[in-house]
Amino acid sequence: MKEPLIYSISSPGRIGVNLPECDVERAPLPDSYVRQDLPLPEVSEVDLVRHYVRLSQLNHAVDKGFYPLGSCTMKYNPKVNEEAARLPGLVHTHPYQPADTVQGNLFLMYQLQEFLKEISGFSGVSLQPAAGAHGELAGVLMIRAYHESRGDHKRTRMLIPDSAHGTNPASTTMAGYETVQIPSDAQGNVNLEELKAHCDDTVAGLMLTNPNTLGLFEQHMEEIARLIHGCGGLLYGDGANLNAILGIVKPAAIGFDVMHFNLHKTFATPHGGGGPGAGPVGANEKLAPFLPGPIAFEEFVQEMCDCEEEHEAEEGCRYELRMPESSIGRLKAFYGNFGVCVKAYTYIRMLGAAGLLQVSQDAVLNANYLLSRLKSTFPLPYDRTCMHEFVLSGRLPDAPDVHTLDIAKRLMDFGFHPPTIYFPLIVPEAIMIEPTETESKETLDAFAEAMIQITQEARTDPELLHSAPHVTPVSRLDEVRAARQPVLQCLKG
Amino acid sequence: MSYIPNTETDRAAMLQKIGVESVDELFRDIPQALRYPDLRLPQPASELEVLRELAEISEYNLDLAHFPCFLGAGAYRHFVPSIVGHIIGRSEFYTAYTPYQPEISQGTLQTIFEYQSMICALTGMDVSNASHYDGATALAEAVLMAVSVGRGKRRKVVISAGVHPEYREVIRTYTQGMELTIAGEELAPLDATALAKLVDANTACVIVQNPSFLGYMCGLPALRTLAEATHTAGALLVVSADPISLGLFAPPAEYGADITCGEGQALGGGLNFGGPYLGYFACKQAYVHKMAGRIIGQTVDRQGRLGLVLTLSAREQHIRREKATSNICSNEALMALAAAVYLGALGKNGLRKVAELCYHKAHYAARELSAIPSFTLLSDQTFFKEFALKCPAPVDEINDYLLEEWNIIGGYDLGRDYPDLEDTMLLCVTEMNTKEEIDTLVEALRSMEESL
Repeated sequence: MKEPLIYSISSPGRIGVNLPECDVERAPLPDSYVRQDLPLPEVSEVDLVRHYVRLSQLNHAVDKGFYPLGSCTMKYNPKVNEEAARLPGLVHTHPYQPADTVQGNLFLMYQLQEFLKEISGFSGVSLQPAAGAHGELAGVLMIRAYHESRGDHKRTRMLIPDSAHGTNPASTTMAGYETVQIPSDAQGNVNLEELKAHCDDTVAGLMLTNPNTLGLFEQHMEEIARLIHGCGGLLYGDGANLNAILGIVKPAAIGFDVMHFNLHKTFATPHGGGGPGAGPVGANEKLAPFLPGPIAFEEFVQEMCDCEEEHEAEEGCRYELRMPESSIGRLKAFYGNFGVCVKAYTYIRMLGAAGLLQVSQDAVLNANYLLSRLKSTFPLPYDRTCMHEFVLSGRLPDAPDVHTLDIAKRLMDFGFHPPTIYFPLIVPEAIMIEPTETESKETLDAFAEAMIQITQEARTDPELLHSAPHVTPVSRLDEVRAARQPVLQCLKG
Repeated sequence: MSYIPNTETDRAAMLQKIGVESVDELFRDIPQALRYPDLRLPQPASELEVLRELAEISEYNLDLAHFPCFLGAGAYRHFVPSIVGHIIGRSEFYTAYTPYQPEISQGTLQTIFEYQSMICALTGMDVSNASHYDGATALAEAVLMAVSVGRGKRRKVVISAGVHPEYREVIRTYTQGMELTIAGEELAPLDATALAKLVDANTACVIVQNPSFLGYMCGLPALRTLAEATHTAGALLVVSADPISLGLFAPPAEYGADITCGEGQALGGGLNFGGPYLGYFACKQAYVHKMAGRIIGQTVDRQGRLGLVLTLSAREQHIRREKATSNICSNEALMALAAAVYLGALGKNGLRKVAELCYHKAHYAARELSAIPSFTLLSDQTFFKEFALKCPAPVDEINDYLLEEWNIIGGYDLGRDYPDLEDTMLLCVTEMNTKEEIDTLVEALRSMEESL
């Protein structure tokens, strides 16, 4: 390790914060409950700051360079969002304060619900889910609750294309359904014949990502929706790729009944090294009553203002939290990742409708430009106009010993974060690239040139790739050893 | 303003390279009749305007930096050292993704590895994961894990009524497709002996919260007896615990917990109106392969130098899909970083000191409040930083009075969740509450009582 572990910079008697003295009379401690030992480190503030600053410098991050991680939408995170989410009047509010003392928060939640409804075309939105997968679980549970509410207990199977994110089948299992995998066709669409063969009265629904994880817009969307709805199933939309279609098309209009949004992808809230995200879920009229709650409602009120000298009738809106009528219930304590919602609200307010449309247009333009620069160098399994991302194969015909992993690791030497690799599973040696709209043409050109140079190195000096990366804090790490001889904390050997 | 660097010149050059006339051509797979719908959103605002607008919105809130507050009930006001905000505000941390590529993510990986180590230190457990969404979802995942450890054959969950009511709701939401039986909520909160009698061969796990939602601590002998009954039946003991309390009180491993989890927001997280928070989760070594979420492990690089990676991924959704232990993908990494910085700053003596400040101040408040005629403590059991106070009037009315006349945010109405605890207020006192604030609360309730 470049930086010593925090326990190794610990020394008895040090502390990193100055705490107040007790200003009340001490109560006797219940000795039998008190712990004997607390093995936490003891570190001074300056050592702690340097420890974390040095650690931060070992990371690649969007603020350091290009991060074309497919399906993750690693766009620039505007700084104004961070400022907004740190406003003291928002931060220092307790979730159980009386509604009248948090009207600002509830207004903001209500407005964000309305914005997301308008962008998606759905009739209800809940901000409860804390992440995309959490939103998926909400959606599948809503589908289940809908069928159950109609006394339709036969439906036990969820259809999922083979290009789907792993969270889709995992969410399906958690909701008590069986996953049925549907293959893709030669154009990267859902195979319609296979889909038809599975459509019957045991189908709860289909979970579809559109644009899909190949970065392609499903060309038979209307037919798919007709088939699923025709057999009594419902259509779940995985909103991971919404960044391609803001203001281009509304998900509800192409047949989705319920969908989650990833505020940490589409709406520019940062990923935080793995979280927090936020995965609000939207639904049409059929499914909205089943949304997780509570959600924010607006009420028009007329009240007498008895303040000051003038006794005038004052009209206005009041906001409160309520459970939807047939809600699947709470998915977490309190009301969702509010702090993340503040950032998404800020982003949507700054961009407006025209700005959001521009986002998707440039995200798709950037992806197609990068694709046009790379398609003659790398195998392209599905040669179509892509949306916000595209998938190449790292199986280079004249460099058989070189794998996608080698290409990815070598990219680090050029200062780029590698794309998503080995996903989707249906493309051998997949390289999934999502540039996002916030990258300049110069950055895209530099990345394309690095990729092209690496293919040349793959032919002339494959060892350079096999031994990559060369300039990172550590070289390639032994993941097999990590799993076989797990060391998961530093207190026990 | 869409944070887009492309100029019209760039766009023209890019379209030419792609070989299309216009951006519109790139969207030809989308049904034409549905393309370019009208989005009725407010007109875009400048950065100046949007910050002004948000500041104005925030003024419709009562901000707890300016009002004494005695609310807890699962979301706690603790002091956040300045260093925490500065570290989690470093964009090398907050603009990174999940550390899939370890060679350029050693910063995030090491902070989480150290977080895992400190969570193990606090709880006494063997292994910790990298985080869950919050305390409620961590507990729901503990139930799924216990069912999986019982190979799906054990279908009963015994849960104490002393577990946060919203956590119990979340467990119901998560398991509604699983046909589980949930028992124990009808018993008195944290009656460990009665809970033990419900454990049988069909039980997957027993869940207690310590300190309970009402603030009370369960004695170690009673907990050890419960653990023994649970283990004899082949079930797991799951403990949800306030991590600040673990600065002072025995770690759950000491009384037989198999899984310890809970809400980590108190560790350097703000109140943030309920999120983002931090679900911490730790268990015994034997169950590590059934645990959900990301886990960081140590290994070596090609030169034999130590380094860290995401590990044991064969449990996870991106590898195992429908057979995964959970669907969790994104977690709360940045909040885990906040917790690690917080624990690092306080260290073993600081955390104990914070816990003791809470304990002494809460006991001072309880003593003074229960000295007011017609206010009594619900119980004389040991408690940590929260306690239940029986009041002479409905809690809502008292809270309205405290806010309107004294600018105080009062406690939580336990009657909302426990029908037999009508007119009972759950009060929380932490190191943030000064003696003066506590004395003012006492004075306010005394004057209210006199006017009744």
